[in-house]
Amino acid sequence: MAILITPDTKVLVQGITGDFGGRHARLSLDYGTKVVAGVTPGKGGQVFEHGPHRVPIFNSVAEAARSTGATVSAIFVPPPFAADAILECSDAGLDLAVAITEGIPVKDMVRAKRAMAGGRMRLVGPNCPGIVTPGTGDKSHGGCRIGIAPGYIHKKGRVGVVSRSGTLTYEAVYQLTVRGIGQSTCVGIGGDPVNGTSHLDVIRMFNDDPETVGMVMIGEIGGNAEVEAARWIRANCRKPVAGFIAGSTAPAGRRMGHAGAIVGGAEDTAAAKIAVFKECGIEVAVTPSDMADALIRAAKAAGVALS
Amino acid sequence: MNIHEYQAKALFETFGVAVPKGAAAKTPEDFIIALGGLPEGPTMVKSQIHAGGRGKGVFKDGYKGGVKFCKTKAEAREIAARMLGNTLVTAQTGPAGRRVQTIYFTVASEIKREYYLAILLDRGASRPVIVASTEGGVEIEKVAHETPDRIFKVVVDPAYGLADFQVRDLVTRLGLAGAEAKNAVRLVRGLYAMYWETDAAMVEVNPLITTPAGEVLALDAKVSFDDNALFRHPEIVALRDLNEEDPKEIEASAHSLNYIALDGNIACLVNGAGLAMSTMDIIKYFGGSPANFLDVGGGASKDQVVAAFKIILGDPNVKGIFVNIFGGIMDCNVIAAGIVEAAREVGLGLPLVVRLEGNNSEAGKATLAASGLKIVSGDSMADAAQKIVRLVS
Repeated sequence: MAILITPDTKVLVQGITGDFGGRHARLSLDYGTKVVAGVTPGKGGQVFEHGPHRVPIFNSVAEAARSTGATVSAIFVPPPFAADAILECSDAGLDLAVAITEGIPVKDMVRAKRAMAGGRMRLVGPNCPGIVTPGTGDKSHGGCRIGIAPGYIHKKGRVGVVSRSGTLTYEAVYQLTVRGIGQSTCVGIGGDPVNGTSHLDVIRMFNDDPETVGMVMIGEIGGNAEVEAARWIRANCRKPVAGFIAGSTAPAGRRMGHAGAIVGGAEDTAAAKIAVFKECGIEVAVTPSDMADALIRAAKAAGVALS
Repeated sequence: MNIHEYQAKALFETFGVAVPKGAAAKTPEDFIIALGGLPEGPTMVKSQIHAGGRGKGVFKDGYKGGVKFCKTKAEAREIAARMLGNTLVTAQTGPAGRRVQTIYFTVASEIKREYYLAILLDRGASRPVIVASTEGGVEIEKVAHETPDRIFKVVVDPAYGLADFQVRDLVTRLGLAGAEAKNAVRLVRGLYAMYWETDAAMVEVNPLITTPAGEVLALDAKVSFDDNALFRHPEIVALRDLNEEDPKEIEASAHSLNYIALDGNIACLVNGAGLAMSTMDIIKYFGGSPANFLDVGGGASKDQVVAAFKIILGDPNVKGIFVNIFGGIMDCNVIAAGIVEAAREVGLGLPLVVRLEGNNSEAGKATLAASGLKIVSGDSMADAAQKIVRLVS
C-alpha cells in the first residue's frame, strides 16, 4: 500500500514555471510520476512541455484540481509567498500539500498552521525533500516522487523511512537499497521548527500500513518531536525501528543549517534524544553509516524479514 | 540575527515598554555626551557584546565584570574607559572573548523585586509562548529544574492574538497588584506586540523589575530575530553589527554557504545540513575533532566549492579536509572537477579525503584519481572518516 502517496496519485506543481520547480517537475515526470498540472498565477493556459509530456498550467490550485483531478501539490513557491500557497491548497480541498520551499518566516507558518487547523488537508514540510513511494520498474521507476529526492536510489519494498533532513534521508535509502532492502515510502518532514507533519504522524501511518514491516527514523538536535515519537513507539508499535540523531557535536545556541536544528536546553541535545531512543527499544545507529545495519539488527532481534 | 541590549531597549521604547533611562557611546568623547543626558547619581556601565554572562565576565587584562554599578557619573566614565576596546570573556563567548566596541550607560534603578519574562516559539504548539517567573536575575534553566512551579506560561492563539484575560492572569500569578499590575500589563502587551510585529525569534528580559515607586522596567534585554523574515524588516537589518560575527561566516553567507566555525582541526565540506551535522559527529566518533560545520547546499556549483575551500583554509587550526558529498541529483563528476580546481587554486598541501556517492560517482572518483593530486578516496562515510582522522593524527 505505501503511505500518503501511491504510483496512481495525481500531482500538481505550484511554481512549475520557476527554474527549481520546473527542473524537479521534469525529474518526477522522468520517474513516471503522474504530474498532471502546474500552477503559476498569471500563466494559466500555457503548457509545460517535457519530452512526450504536455502538462497544462493553471492560474489557481482550485482550477487545476477541478480540471485534472490532482489531489496533491508539490510547492516550489518562493518563501515570501509560500505560506499563502499552502493555504490555497487547503482551500481547494486537496488531500496533501508537500512544501519544498526553504526559508519561510516562522510567523507565516504559525499563522498558516492555525488557519488550517481543523481542515482535512495534510501538510508535509516545509523545507523538506518531499516524499517518494518507489515503483516496480528499473531503479524504482514508475513510483510517485514529490519533491527533490533522487528517485533512482530507491527500491520498492517494505521499509518506511522518516527524516527531517534531505541528504541524510538519501544516505539511509541508499544504504538500504544496496543491501537489497526496499522501501514502502520515504518521507522528509523538513527541518523547520513549525511544520505540518511530525515524526510521530508518519510513524503512526507506517505502523498502520500492512505493507511496512520496519522503519528508520532520522532526527536532529532541537525540539522534542523525536522523543514524542519514541515514547509512542514504546507503547504502541511492534514493528522494528532503527533511529539516528544528527548533531552530537553541535554547540549549544548555534543554528546548524536547519531553522529547527538548534540546541536550546538540556532536553533537545542529541545525547538526550539518543538516551530516550534506547529506553524505548529503538535500535540506535552509532554513526550515519550504520543506519541500514541498525535496522537489520532490530529486524533480526524481532524475527522480522525486511525483504 | 542578534542585536545589542541598547538597540533592543530602543526598540522596546517604540513599543511602549518601559526601560531605565540610558544612552550608548562608542568613543571616550561620546561618554561625556551620553552621560550628559542622564541625571547625576548611581549609574550602570554595561559592555555591549552579543553574549550573555557579561556581569560575571572577565576582561583579557584581568579586569573583572562587564557590567558595573557606579555611585556617580564621574566614576561611570572612568569604568567605561577601562571596558571600551577591551576584550570580554564570558561563559558564552568562548576563550577568545569579544572586543567591547560600545558602552551603554543607564540610570541605576532601585530594585524592589526581580522577575523573568520571555517570548518565543512553543514548538510543540506551533504558537508563541510567554514564559514568566517570579525568580528573576538568575538562570531560568536552573529555575525550571529546581522550582518549576514558579514558572508560568501563556500560549498565544495567533488567530486572536494575546487576550486581555491572559495578560491579567499572568500578572496576577506573578503576584502583582495595583499600579504595579497596571504597568506590568502595559509592558507585557508592548513586548508581545514587538515580538510579533518585528518577527522576533526570542525576546528575553532578565531581570524584569519593580521599583519602590511602582514602576515595572525591563532592566536587561536580549532579542534575536528570525533570519527568514529579515527580507521584510530593513529597519532590523540596519541594526546588524558585523563586528560581532565571525568574518569567515560572513564570507560564507555571501556565497550562499552555511558555515559555522568550531574548535577542532578537521575541516568538513558537505552537501545538506543533516549530513553536515552527522559528518561532524562521525569524525568525533572515530576520535577526531571537526573544525567547522559547512553545508554547500543541495546544488553546489564549482565556484561554491572553490569559495568553501578558501574559507576552510582560512582557519589556521585546520590540519586536514573531509569532503562528504551524497550527490542525489547533482553530478558527482562536476563536484569532483570543482574539488580538483579548488585544490589546485589554493595550492592545497593538507591531507584531503573525499567521499563521493550517488549520481555519476564513478566518473567523479576517476576525475579525482586522474588529477595527480594527493586525494584519498573513501568508500563510505565511516571509511572516509577513519582515513581523515588517521591522516591528521
